[in-house]
Parts: sequence; structure tokens; C-alpha cells
Amino acid sequence: MSPLYIARSNEIAARQLGDEMIVMSTRDSTLFSLDSVGLVIWQAADGRTPLEDIVKEKVCTEFEITPEEALKDAESFVRELAGHGIMRVSDKPLE
Amino acid sequence: MPTLIEEMNQRAIALGVPLGVQLDVTYRCNERCVHCYLDHDDHGEMTAAEICDVLRQLADAGTFFLTLSGGEVLMRMDFFDILEYARSLLFCVKIKTNAFMIREKQADRMRELGVDSVQVSIYSHRAEVHDAITKLPGSLKRSVAGIRFLQSRGLKVIVANVLMRQNLADYAGVKALAQELGAQWTIDPTITPMMDGDRSILGLGIGGEELKQVFRNGDLVGNVEEFCAPPRPVDDGDLDGLPCSASHTFCYISPYGDVFPCVQFPLPTGNVRKQKFLEIWRHSKQMNDVRSIRGRDLPVCSTCSHLGSCTRCPGLAYMEGNMRGPSSLDCEKSFTRTGIPSANMLAKKRQLEAQGNPEVAWTQLVHIQLS
Repeated sequence: MSPLYIARSNEIAARQLGDEMIVMSTRDSTLFSLDSVGLVIWQAADGRTPLEDIVKEKVCTEFEITPEEALKDAESFVRELAGHGIMRVSDKPLE
Repeated sequence: MPTLIEEMNQRAIALGVPLGVQLDVTYRCNERCVHCYLDHDDHGEMTAAEICDVLRQLADAGTFFLTLSGGEVLMRMDFFDILEYARSLLFCVKIKTNAFMIREKQADRMRELGVDSVQVSIYSHRAEVHDAITKLPGSLKRSVAGIRFLQSRGLKVIVANVLMRQNLADYAGVKALAQELGAQWTIDPTITPMMDGDRSILGLGIGGEELKQVFRNGDLVGNVEEFCAPPRPVDDGDLDGLPCSASHTFCYISPYGDVFPCVQFPLPTGNVRKQKFLEIWRHSKQMNDVRSIRGRDLPVCSTCSHLGSCTRCPGLAYMEGNMRGPSSLDCEKSFTRTGIPSANMLAKKRQLEAQGNPEVAWTQLVHIQLS
């Protein structure tokens, strides 16, 4: 399976509120609240680090979850955000 | 189940975060609306650099919803520099404008910068009525053109229809115009005193029978029976509840850097030219005084049957003389909706009766209070 690269979109409004991140799509005004796991993935979404590495290095080290389970959840999470224009997802590194 | 926005508000209250801020970038305006509460002369508004510094401070304080308003925002030649900077800080930006100066270029830029929504004031679908209110010939035509440019770029536009005597007959026309434009539509029958306390413009507002007609119109209020139902019994939640978001999750900053609890709550709490925003937000005596008020602290309103459903505005109460007192305009609304007089009105009636004036009608009481 080819690696998945993720980057935060420019078409967002976002602010950290306590230990959660509020993110709104400026495309359709959909509002998301990212919990602590989502926040870790969000902050690591630099377009260059494969999602699998983010999950292994950032998620599995901080939360009790297997890499396989975490990767499955993370893929579903980033694809949902991508559907609202909040995250960019590609099989190639992103600018 | 609470919505995400409600959850965010609760979290912001718990954390002491000013989640929403309205920043007026100027009071200058190309229109001279008859009901406007502002002085349009420039008394030394903040520079773009000063505003950007405030925006940085607001982002650090956790502000998410930023409303840029005026005056007319586009009277500032540097408005798009301010907007671009605000968006670089990832605020959810809402703009209030009359749209007179919005052409293709401005609409394109707002879309590129990811503005969340643009609210445009439209008073009538008839130019002779709208333009008489704005005192700017051709303003309806230009504002509607501006809305079309915004809509065609996919921006969310909200047509705000302030109701007053001059345009009371035209709300259906404005609603139809908004629908034709693909915009949302809101009405507001509230006319507020001038920022300097001058109450002369209140006479432009609707009241009595006119307000009753509005409140009995299903097109405007939705379910009339529900909207006009007698108030439910007051409970501890109402007595311990917060009057509104002012000073809790919201505040207002003027073009001169003055910070207030809300747009229509001219209680000075500090100035960002002299102090850091967070110092004012967290430690201003006035801000904390407003923040301390609960329903049970309102000497008259805590005894009122409307407490749990009244739209009481503490800013209007402040302008009437006491931020813990009643807001007579809201007493009038509660009475007109339900036919049940407020505690404030009952007290006023008793006072007048004691003075030998037993025949004063309920509706007159409000206007006696306001005069």
C-alpha cells in the first residue's frame, strides 16, 4: 500500500480551545472539534510525513491503541476532513 | 443533546475565552442611516498596524469568531490588508457591510480569503424607501449589485432587515428580494440609542400595535402560538443563568481601541492602545462586574415572570441607567408577545397610580420609562 501524505488546508478557520481544536471549513462552514488524538494528527500534518509514521510515532506512543487499528481510524478521520476541504490527502508529498 | 456550538460556548465560558469579538475598523460611513447610533467622524481610529497587533492578541486569547464591522469597513483603504492578516491567523471572519462598494474585485478577494459570511443591511426592496433611510441616492441598487457579486462567488450573504416605522410595510418585499438573490434574511425590530446616550432615534422604532403585528406574523416569527405563549415558570436555571454572552464569551472593540462588553453596551472597560487585551478581558473591574451578574442579582427582573424567556439586553439596561435594571424595550417585547406585563411595568403602574394617574395604558408605560 502506498503511503498517505496529509496537510492542513488553507480553506479553514481554526483555534485551539483547551485540549481540543475547533476547525471550520470556509468552503461549507462545517465545524469540527478535534479531540486529543485528532489534534495530534492535525498538528503533525506537514505534508511530508506519511500518515503511517504519524500514527506510529505520535499516536501509538501517546495512546493505548494498536498501529493497525490506529491507522485505520486515522485514514477514515483524514478522509472525512478531506471531504470538507479541511485536510489535503495525497499519495505523494504535499507542498 | 447540545450542538457543537453550544459545547464550544460552554467550554469557552469555563476557560474564560473570548470566543467571539466584534471589531469595528472604522466609524466612517458612506451612508447616513436615520437610525444609526454612531458618530461617523474619525476621532483617531487605529492604524492597520495597531489593528493587526490587536488581532494577534485576540488569536492568542483564543478568539475564533471575528466580526469586522463599522461604519462601513470598505471606507478603509487598508481593509483588505487587515482582512488578509486576520485570515492568516485563522479567524472565522464575518463581515458587516452595506455592500455599496463591493464590485467584482472586492467579492473575488473576500472569496479568496475565505470569509465565512457577509451581512448586508437592506431596509426595503423599494429604492425610494431604502435610499431615504440611508440618505444615499442609488444605495439600494449598488447594495443589491454588491450582493449579487458576493453570491456569484459562492459567499454566504445574510440580508439584515432592521424594522422601523419607515419600512414596516416592506419586510415581505425584502424577504422576497433576499430569496431571489439566494441570500439568507433576518429581521430585527430593535433601534438602539446613540453611543453618546442620545435617545432621540428611539422614536423611529416600532412599538405597540405595529410590534404586535410583527409578533403575530408567522412568516416573521415562525410558530406564532409558541412564540407568543405565556412564559414558563421561572426556575433556578434562570436565576443562576447568565444574562447573555457579553463579557463571558464575547466583547466589542471600537475603532479607537476601546473595549466594551458588547456592541450595544457602552461601558468602558479599557483600551488596547494602553493595555494588553487579555489584561482588560481578565482583570478589568467593569468586565468582571458584568461577568458576575446572574438572573437572581437583577432586583426587578428576578421577580418577573418573563425572566426565563425575556430577551433582556444588559447593554440597553445600562443605557437606561442600570445594567442590573430592566431594559424597557425588552419589557415591551415580552409584553407585546404574551400580553402579560413585566415586573418593571407593574411597578411603574403602581407608582403612577400612587401619583394619581390610574388610567395609563400598559403600552404607554414603556414609553414613559424611556422618555
